[in-house]
Amino acid sequence: MTSGAAAAVSSYGRRAPRLLVGAAGLVALGAVLPLAYLALRALSADDNARALTPVSITVELAWDTAILALGVVGATLVVGVPLAWLVVRTDLPGRRIWGLAASLPLVIPSFAAALALLGAFAPRGLVQEALEPIGVDRLPEVTGYWGALVALTLSTYPYVYLLTASGLRSVDPTAEEAARSLGAGRFRVFAAVTLPSLRPSIAAASLLVALYVLSDFGVVSLMGYSTLTTGIYVRYESLLALESAAILALVLVALALAIVLVASRWRLRGAIYRSTPGAGRSAQVVRLGRWRWPAFAFCTAVVGLFLVLPVGVLAWWAVSADPISGREGVDWSAALNSTSMATASALVVAVIVLPAALLAWRYPSPLARWLERTTLLPSALPGIAVALALVFVGARIGAPVYQGLGLLLAAYVIRFMPYGLASTRASLDTVNPRLEEAARSLGRRPLGALSAVVLPLARSGILAGAALVFLSTIKELPATLLLKPIGFETLATEIWKGTAIGAYSEVAPSALLLIVIAAPLVYLLSWRNAWELGAAD
Amino acid sequence: MKKATAIVLATIVAALSLAAGAATAPAQTTSLTIYSGREERLVKPIMDRFTRETGIELKVRYAGSTSLATALVEEGRNSPADVYWSQEPGTLGLVAARGLLARLPQATVGKVPTRFSTRSRRWVGTSGRSRVLVYNTNELQKSELPASVWGLTSSRWKGKIGIAPTNASFHAFLGATIHLYGEARVRAWLRGLEANDVSFYPNNTTVVQAVGRGDIEVGLVNHYYLYNLLADTPNLPVKNYWFRDGDPGNLVLAAGAGVVSATQKSAPAQRFVDFLLSKWAQRFIARGPGAAEYPLVKGVPRRPGLPALSSIKGPKYTLGRLSADLAPAVQLMLEEGFIK
Repeated sequence: MTSGAAAAVSSYGRRAPRLLVGAAGLVALGAVLPLAYLALRALSADDNARALTPVSITVELAWDTAILALGVVGATLVVGVPLAWLVVRTDLPGRRIWGLAASLPLVIPSFAAALALLGAFAPRGLVQEALEPIGVDRLPEVTGYWGALVALTLSTYPYVYLLTASGLRSVDPTAEEAARSLGAGRFRVFAAVTLPSLRPSIAAASLLVALYVLSDFGVVSLMGYSTLTTGIYVRYESLLALESAAILALVLVALALAIVLVASRWRLRGAIYRSTPGAGRSAQVVRLGRWRWPAFAFCTAVVGLFLVLPVGVLAWWAVSADPISGREGVDWSAALNSTSMATASALVVAVIVLPAALLAWRYPSPLARWLERTTLLPSALPGIAVALALVFVGARIGAPVYQGLGLLLAAYVIRFMPYGLASTRASLDTVNPRLEEAARSLGRRPLGALSAVVLPLARSGILAGAALVFLSTIKELPATLLLKPIGFETLATEIWKGTAIGAYSEVAPSALLLIVIAAPLVYLLSWRNAWELGAAD
Repeated sequence: MKKATAIVLATIVAALSLAAGAATAPAQTTSLTIYSGREERLVKPIMDRFTRETGIELKVRYAGSTSLATALVEEGRNSPADVYWSQEPGTLGLVAARGLLARLPQATVGKVPTRFSTRSRRWVGTSGRSRVLVYNTNELQKSELPASVWGLTSSRWKGKIGIAPTNASFHAFLGATIHLYGEARVRAWLRGLEANDVSFYPNNTTVVQAVGRGDIEVGLVNHYYLYNLLADTPNLPVKNYWFRDGDPGNLVLAAGAGVVSATQKSAPAQRFVDFLLSKWAQRFIARGPGAAEYPLVKGVPRRPGLPALSSIKGPKYTLGRLSADLAPAVQLMLEEGFIK
């Protein structure tokens, strides 16, 4: 490389375009809004509010939250990473179907999953009843820490599966082949080449899982496990103690920040970029040989426990309940509303997270890193806290903004931006910035280089992120209830109407309907996967 | 890139505003916004009938009573709500204590017994619900049950009791009991439950279900959860039990409504609250599908199978006190580790 070319490259590389910084900053501002609101509330805390958040209890809640997040991250990695490898890289029988089945639990609202697990494994629940003839009269209880761990793993391992699968597809197979040709065994290649190249995907997925666990209320409250989020709800619900709830919410944000920092530290150690732009070559299919059937059994167990069991329990409730209330059948307008809002939020997120992701990838600087981190934080907050921040601001602006669709969309975007950001960033991390520099030095304008070189390479992560946002939005409840225009029903609010009364028979059909409606998107996702796999066959 | 983004955003915003226009009804001459913590399935016919009778359009936001209350607090004077209808007397009291509810006319409040409203007339009860002990009829005879809620600390009940410690009605019961008997006695009672390995459940429904399965034998809940579950599983082996007369375990609570003080429409808003106390609405609240609460207006029959409200002898307690008595209850539960 001549010195002239080197100088040209570095001039593209050093300073971030102001527009990019500005755009990323604006987006981060949206994320700051709920944090600022909580700080405002926490600062107005008086002695009564502080009495509700004694240090001992706060520390205990933070610890219980942290160990649950850690446990769920561990469990989702153990389940999701091997599953992704088997589906993407091996000749596992029926892998397209496994691919679909592994993503589907994403569409089961997590409280419905928890209800189903409780229904199945309760001391005299469905599973024990079914096993009664063979002498099983007591099952281990699925409540508390372990119950929450299983139910949250069910709801979140698809993040790990989807991001790892998308990472595996963008890993450059030439590095693996080189390792193979240098005599490394299959396991060695996986450990030394494949896994490190998956770091960005795995770090991003673990981060999303951890943030999800931090924000979850439905599962932990049903399982009777106390976390910072249940603590926040207790304070809102019992005394309208907004100030002490805000104190706990800020502790939650601090915990989230710690997790974000750990994840970003881990992400880029020893980055391995793909060597070629464009579609690249596909990896060789690994022949499982005698491992075929153990692998098959592993997939059966995962899908059996995390998809067939909960859906089966819901279906059982749906068919076995007396048709007491005369259900009105499928609510198509709610389905349409849910789908349009989820689509809008997925599109908006996919677009607006690009500046922050590009900035952090292409022009790494402390500012870029903090913009990215800030944008991630609100997803650790329970939905009600984000909703109240927008209530606080929205009510002061008044109609037609307040309780209009725009504000509801803003709530979705703020809550679920991290899914788009983390996923986009993960796929950008496998793109060598030198490629963009090369395109620029060959005369491409910034936008041209972005659309011709960078975005195609990051495509699978951007799409996976959009899909995650879609699926999260379609299930969102607390912000929807407070911020939707009156009369605007979504599938989630329809399900809520059933759960508010506490009748499982009411929950089951609506939850199944949600699954049916969201499933085509998951199918499309895995169909795309299948298509890409097809190229590998 | 930025232009493309702007175009995409503008398109989305335009599409959404169109959708918003389609989703909301055309403006009426008079309309009211109701924040309803009562479920749509249980109260929609009441809303519809009000509109038919008065021509006043209702826009109803259905959500949990407490999340609506937190929204009211954050909205303050900018609240679009005209009426707040809540499941919980405690929540109504807390909202009223923050000055967010307007004073109701004596004529409105006078329609229900005084114990179901407050002296300052900020809200009025729309239905009554009683605290009860549910018990498993396969495991227990009625005669084996304790005469008083205090009796649950006897070792006879070790491992057999369930409560829902995060439930607002449980907090109300504790708050009232602390007011009537003092903190020390209630603390000792909580410790007694703890020593009896009391089981915690996320809500009243799960308590009743656990009693039905026989996981536990007795549970402290509100009376109507049993009827909700009986609709699904008619042969559930569970019954309601009331303690002896005057026992704090028989505390009678209320759901209620108030006019939001930020409203510009206090006359129609009061008219709506009055409508909730009309014979027709009270009858619907008491006997509509899935309903099992007590009507509060004289001359409206209760659901068949319920004991008369006048036969339930709870402790002497005014629900208006709850806004002050809840904080000590929550504090005590935090100290004793019942909630975190």
